Amino acid sequence: MSAIIHEHDDHHDEHHHGPAAGITRWLFTTNHKDIGTLYLWLSFLMFMVGGVMALLVRTELFQPGLQFMTPDFFNQMTTNHGLIMIFGAIMPAFVGLANWQVPLMIGAPDMALPRLNNLSFWILPFAFAMMISTLFMEEGGPNFGWTFYAPLSTTYAPDTITFFVFAVHMMGASSIMGAINIIVTILNMRAPGMTLMRMPLFIWTWLITAYLLLAVMPVLAGAVTMVLFDVHFGTSFFNAGGGGDPVMFQHIFWFFGHPEVYILILPAFGIISQIIPTFARKPLFGYTSMVYAVASIAFLSFIVWAHHMFTVGMPIAGQLFFMYTTMLIAVPTGVKVFNWVATMWRGSMTFETPMLFAIAFVVLFTIGGFSGLMLAITPADFQYHDTYFVVAHFHYVLVPGALFGIIAGVYYWLPKWCGHMYDETLGKLHFWLSFIGVNVTFFPQHFSGLAGMPRRIPDYALQFADFNMLSSIGSYLFGFSQLIFLFLIVKAIRGGVAAGERAWDGAHGLEWTLPSPPPYHSFTHPPRLSEGEAHS
Amino acid sequence: MSAHGKTILKLVVLVVGMFGFAFALVPIYDLICEVTGLGGRTDGKAEISTGDLPVDTSRLVTVRFVTNTNEGMPWEFYSDKQSMRVHPGETKQADFIIKNMSDRGINGQAIPSLVPILATDYFHKTECFCFTQQYLDAGASMRMPLLFTVDPDLPEHVQSVTLSYAYFEVPAVTS
Amino acid sequence: MPKNTVIPAFTEPRHKISIRRLSTLALLGFLSLLVPSLGLADELNLPVGVTAISRDVYDLHMFILWACVGIGVIVFGAMAISMVAHRRSRGYQARQFHDNLTLEIVWTIIPFIVLVALAAPSTAVLLRMYDTGGEDLTVEVRGYQWKWQYKYLDDDRNETVSFFSSLATPQDEIGNLAAKGQYYLLEVDKPLVIPTERKVRFLVTAEDVIHSWWVPDFGIKRDAVPGILNDMWTIVDEPGVYRGQCTELCGKDHGFMPIVVNAVPPDEFESWYDEQAELAEARRAALSKTFSEEELMAEGERVYNAFCVSCHLPNGGGIPPIYPSLIDSPYVTGPRDDHVRLVINGVTGTSMQAFGKQLDAAQLAAVVHYERHAWGNNAGDVTQPRDVIALTE
Repeated sequence: MSAIIHEHDDHHDEHHHGPAAGITRWLFTTNHKDIGTLYLWLSFLMFMVGGVMALLVRTELFQPGLQFMTPDFFNQMTTNHGLIMIFGAIMPAFVGLANWQVPLMIGAPDMALPRLNNLSFWILPFAFAMMISTLFMEEGGPNFGWTFYAPLSTTYAPDTITFFVFAVHMMGASSIMGAINIIVTILNMRAPGMTLMRMPLFIWTWLITAYLLLAVMPVLAGAVTMVLFDVHFGTSFFNAGGGGDPVMFQHIFWFFGHPEVYILILPAFGIISQIIPTFARKPLFGYTSMVYAVASIAFLSFIVWAHHMFTVGMPIAGQLFFMYTTMLIAVPTGVKVFNWVATMWRGSMTFETPMLFAIAFVVLFTIGGFSGLMLAITPADFQYHDTYFVVAHFHYVLVPGALFGIIAGVYYWLPKWCGHMYDETLGKLHFWLSFIGVNVTFFPQHFSGLAGMPRRIPDYALQFADFNMLSSIGSYLFGFSQLIFLFLIVKAIRGGVAAGERAWDGAHGLEWTLPSPPPYHSFTHPPRLSEGEAHS
Repeated sequence: MSAHGKTILKLVVLVVGMFGFAFALVPIYDLICEVTGLGGRTDGKAEISTGDLPVDTSRLVTVRFVTNTNEGMPWEFYSDKQSMRVHPGETKQADFIIKNMSDRGINGQAIPSLVPILATDYFHKTECFCFTQQYLDAGASMRMPLLFTVDPDLPEHVQSVTLSYAYFEVPAVTS
Repeated sequence: MPKNTVIPAFTEPRHKISIRRLSTLALLGFLSLLVPSLGLADELNLPVGVTAISRDVYDLHMFILWACVGIGVIVFGAMAISMVAHRRSRGYQARQFHDNLTLEIVWTIIPFIVLVALAAPSTAVLLRMYDTGGEDLTVEVRGYQWKWQYKYLDDDRNETVSFFSSLATPQDEIGNLAAKGQYYLLEVDKPLVIPTERKVRFLVTAEDVIHSWWVPDFGIKRDAVPGILNDMWTIVDEPGVYRGQCTELCGKDHGFMPIVVNAVPPDEFESWYDEQAELAEARRAALSKTFSEEELMAEGERVYNAFCVSCHLPNGGGIPPIYPSLIDSPYVTGPRDDHVRLVINGVTGTSMQAFGKQLDAAQLAAVVHYERHAWGNNAGDVTQPRDVIALTE
């Protein structure tokens, strides 16, 4: 251990004078805070790009009939919206938060592998530039849904499929490098006294998420590689005529895809588990069971994948197996929700913006969990499958779930990062508009789904018109409200009330023992973990 | 090796292993399909000697044939009989006819699929055109036999099985 | 260790009032959304449907829904009480507890019991759904980009009735040039007809990409996968017209391949079926007939609107570069036999399908004639069924 610390002391001495000037600071940076900032801004940019695509989709769906785009362009929009929001907005935001917070929260000077860190970030802008550029090519971009089911993504794909495959490879490589960095940092660079079971929940959830990433991103890479081979090299992995099987694509994809949805939510669980105790001024209820719940969710995520494929035609034993395992996930998820409520119970709560987003997270994520439980029931899933009910379900767990978790985390740690308190009035306004917007957008989609509206259609029958119009109005409200968030962040960076070391009076944890903003190299000497700062 | 190096090495092994696992899923999937009958696959030749099966004359099972050509393949493809009534255990022959309606030579492969899925394990083929590819010159036609046996162990409640063949155009195998 | 600086929680009273009012309004607004929902409960919910299975699924759906509502009331109720009572602005002091093993065991076991209670009836319904066999009629359902084909597989007759069923909504309604009809996007040129009170088995498969066949009122949905046969069944209790849609993204016109099933009493079905067999006979007879140019244009337009219009558009202009224009196109104004072959065989590696098996010679002749003489095209020739037959023999 001492050898490692010594290494980092050397590293620290080399860059004693802080960041380089100008653009090179960002291009060649190996500093965890700079890279965290880059990730977060890229994520926000992608959130805007994916958001514009979502608004285009909602604009086309505002009324029945085709108004603004061809069905093919509509498919390109839904596909790219999904890919960009998942791989460009949510995942980089979590990596950005990890970059900023992991060293601060475990008492390390920086990430373990700073140069790898730089590389893993700078791959991403090129990956997304490549994928988005296909939209401007003659054949158009990916139009087969973010799940790219074969043979729609092989025999019947536009030629730009090759760019899509390489873009996904680059995103995957970036995620894998980021995950390796996070695991190495967490395992090897914790402050003395911070045993695994004394780590903050955010660190725990990210550690488990990083392992999930390493386990399934290579499987996604394998899937796109097989698609590439089928398209260009005459193989028949997914082509029934050549002895392959299009259904096998779905098995491989969802073997990646289901753990992936937990990659998108577990770090948010961690963020919420940091925020609720702070504003309830009370320790997290059931720390140990929280850790075990996250671990069991991660384990279960590997044996439930075929619940995405109930209608594909499986033997009854398969249907039952995947129904039962999927239902089991409700148990650890329930434990987490109950623990959050118990943490709030008999606390001394205040409702600053991070807490508002955290509470909305608990409520709305739980609603998403309920619809998830309904979807787990195979016979009922035959009715829900591939309708707007599914769209409502996964947007409830991803928007007021993953995204609200990220936003809550940004509000919570922003004073620490920039040294200024954000504008609380604007923050609350942002929260309420987002909260209303998200519900007006996605709640009616439960109804249109139950009433029979399939997903991924550019035009719909007349009985779905009211709900779609409502949903579109909600989406504008939600989408444009995010500009408040942007304005608020810029304002906080430029100035404001100075945030002290402990920006929130109920906050515990090593990050709150450093000045705000923290020095360029976080902990130059390993801090001693006092009882008061242990797993807040 | 430093502590970081050891951790990284383990993680890289995991990543490489999982990339390999994605490809290993292909044979694993085939194995699962064979064991469970997933996808109604009946590709394999009968592994048992069907001649030794006892004939159960007390019941009749309807075997229905469904024939299709996929992706606009310009072949005519039909079975001599739409369905047959067979006793479990007896070996029967059904004839299938293909005809190339286009003005070029085409190589085809028939892909079998059987429902109900649970009957897959009880349907044995001793000779089938789906074991190989067929090549038809422009305008040529061919009559092909299928020799099959329904296993006497087929669960009682299954009174009919449906066997589907879908022809796909495939590039000719150059030997 | 540096001294902690405490920034007090948000305290400016001027803002507090306005924000609290805003929050209240927002919550009321959100709740008011739910009120009309209650009034429309039937239209908002899963259809009960017209089969025993669809009713089972509906009951299952309501059972889970109420279980979720029950759990939701407890969880959100506890949160609401806590948020009202345990707030610092009321001077509430935090109790510093952080563990309670009994409680944690209880709220692990109770959900588990609830899950078992949900799993039992779900398993029962699933087993009933898988009870195939003993069918009175078998229909092969085949998904195409972007239409359905229905083939009646009948042991007793040598004839197999088979037809395509594609969107009947005029392009003008989709393009907002005409008022939309009641069944906008849920109407087809030729619906599937099945008898009521009979066990109808569907064998679902596909020609090209994966589609999915769903009729909500029957409570059944199954993917149509190329090369693979899936089966499911239904017994419809009440005669009626039931509508559904493709539920697996299958390309450009995924949203435009509806399913319409006309369930009729068994005797009515029998006479309909006989009529179809006769129609098939009449169509075979048409292959040897010679048609007038007017007849060819009229039939050609009908075929074009059912099979070609989604890519090449009603005006023949297409969507270049993927779907080329047919106006003054070298294919359309060039040699007629090449034009016919193109429609029969398609163009490998492009979106142009091979229509040789979807259309008979009379339909092919009509649509080729139509394309060569519509939208200002004037090839000046006549294409008869025998011209097409001559090319395929």
